[in-house]
Amino acid sequence: MKKFETLNSSVVPLPIENIDTDQIIPARFLKATTREGFGDNLFRDWRFDGDNQPKADFVMNDATYAGKILVAGKNFGCGSSREHAAWAIQDYGFDVVISSFFADIFKGNALNNGVLPIQVTEEFLEKIFASTFKNPESKLVVDLEAQTVTIQDTNESFTFEINPYKKSCLINGYDDIDYILSHRSEIEEFEKTRPYSYV
Amino acid sequence: MGKTLVEKIWDAHVVKRQEGFPDILYIDTHLIHEVTSPQAFDGLRKRNLPVFRPNQTVATADHNVPTIDQHLPIKEELSRYQVDMLSKNTSEFGVELYGLGHPFQGIVHVIGPELGITLPGKTMVCGDSHTSTHGAFGAIAFGIGTSQVEQVFATQCLLQQAPKTMKIEVNGTLQPGVGAKDIILYIIAKISAAGGTGYFIEYAGSAIRALSMEARMTICNMSIEMGARGGLIAPDDITFDYIKGREFAPKDQKWDESLAYWKTLYSDEDATFDSVLEFAAEDIEPMVTYGTNPGMGMGVTEHIPATEAQPESERPSYKKALNYMGFEDDQPLLGRPIDYVFIGSCTNSRIEDLREVANFVRGKQKAEQVEVWIVPGSKQVEAQAKAEGIDKVLEAAGFILREPGCSACLGMNEDKIPAGKYCISTSNRNFEGRQGPNARTLLASPLTAAAAAITGKITDVREFLGSEESIEFIQ
Ligand code: SF4
Repeated sequence: MKKFETLNSSVVPLPIENIDTDQIIPARFLKATTREGFGDNLFRDWRFDGDNQPKADFVMNDATYAGKILVAGKNFGCGSSREHAAWAIQDYGFDVVISSFFADIFKGNALNNGVLPIQVTEEFLEKIFASTFKNPESKLVVDLEAQTVTIQDTNESFTFEINPYKKSCLINGYDDIDYILSHRSEIEEFEKTRPYSYV
Repeated sequence: MGKTLVEKIWDAHVVKRQEGFPDILYIDTHLIHEVTSPQAFDGLRKRNLPVFRPNQTVATADHNVPTIDQHLPIKEELSRYQVDMLSKNTSEFGVELYGLGHPFQGIVHVIGPELGITLPGKTMVCGDSHTSTHGAFGAIAFGIGTSQVEQVFATQCLLQQAPKTMKIEVNGTLQPGVGAKDIILYIIAKISAAGGTGYFIEYAGSAIRALSMEARMTICNMSIEMGARGGLIAPDDITFDYIKGREFAPKDQKWDESLAYWKTLYSDEDATFDSVLEFAAEDIEPMVTYGTNPGMGMGVTEHIPATEAQPESERPSYKKALNYMGFEDDQPLLGRPIDYVFIGSCTNSRIEDLREVANFVRGKQKAEQVEVWIVPGSKQVEAQAKAEGIDKVLEAAGFILREPGCSACLGMNEDKIPAGKYCISTSNRNFEGRQGPNARTLLASPLTAAAAAITGKITDVREFLGSEESIEFIQ
């Protein structure tokens, strides 16, 4: 997994509540056997019409808005537990999703795939939307070490929560196996202290 | 404050514990089979990693294997492919394989104990939910998913939160004709298929202590069927006697050292459990299930509980289960004809199970219309059964002893129960379609299954207890 470094990026605003994983990645795309390529189908039915033509009114087809941060309305990632939703968001190029509430399973899946879900208050979410709509180039600064997200234009900041283990995984670019292997010498020490060898 | 047995073993295996982090738990033994390992081996290849401790990893082929003509190539393509992949992967990564044709081959949860690989105080995992079986020796043993199989391959460790603990005591003396399988089906029926969710269960009490090792395995095996993460029983002399002299069991000085350690493995008097339940052995009848989860069980003489008696939210699924089974509210099951009998699976395919069945059927004849599959748990069980003449006794009664594997427990090989047919099975799951599409499974003990094979009907095995030939073996 790649290391999560402090991110300074403009945002893609999606002020819609209850975005479910069927919208994020429709079920018909779940048959693939690898994890790659899901980004092309992220929000497929919102992005493209029946003839596979981009829908001009959808924010991801609007060149005004771009960036590595997706900002969405309350209860993002609800519905089916498919991990593909996190893969699609990651594969498309988002490193961070901000909302005022996340569905639990989506949150876990996102963290396991190197995408940071940041839960902010309704009030702070409104501020982000307001600053983005006022100035689409306005940037957010996400500092994972300090657990803060800051609106650069106004210098308003919010401190978010994250599980310490998940935080360390993201900062170090570890997944579970990398994390355990980073304790390899402790594992080897431990093996020497077994009451007797079971092998 | 004292510790529970689970806490003692768990804490002895924590490589690293840190606030806010899951424990890094050391795994002593990793058992693998052909179904849940291929993607994990693939993951290692992608990361360019070896198996960290190949000599703590043991493989066997069990889920897909045929139970007749095992010496011939496997006919079913996907089965053959998975079994071949296992050979290829284990040889590439230096893991010992007890594959088809090997004298140690068998169901993964049968061979671990019989080879002396399963030992008290160990942590053991396998990509299979019935890994809880090994808990019978006082080990922490639980099933894991394929991504965790990869984790253990790569690191010999798992990231895990310590579990909650539950104690289930069964005290008193079992009625004649009632055995370990009835105890566990009874407990699950009492607390439901979700009653143990999140817990590691320690079984205790005089009725548990009186059980043989193989009977204890039957109990621990089904811990998962009440949602528990695992189940275990503190080791005692019965455990130590069972282990002594087995192929990979500690020998000589190592035996003495091991024994001294094993004797410290019990829950302290002042240890606290998150939950404690108690049952009386005398209350337990021979059990049979009537629905599509192992919690839907009853005494063989009882009537199927009414839908009305269920909590309102559960009525639709309860009704659906009875429909699937072709049963109705308040119906008795005693005397109902059955079509198939399956005696096997990691729950009940050990030598004691076969002895019990052989003793019961000796001098009797199989009911004509019933198809019976008796599948030993391992090559060693098969060999032992033949050495004792069990195969001959079965044959004389109209049965055949097949070759070892999971078989009709999950119907991944050819041993499938046809749609709509009723099968009394000694396995552990009666889910819809588990033994074949639309097959109807009734879980029961080996004795109850054997009695049904003789009468062709659901039978209270206690009816036979007066007769001479059976009295000597049913304690
Ligand atoms: S016998 Fe059945 S439950 Fe046991 S390991 Fe095989 S498939 Fe699983």
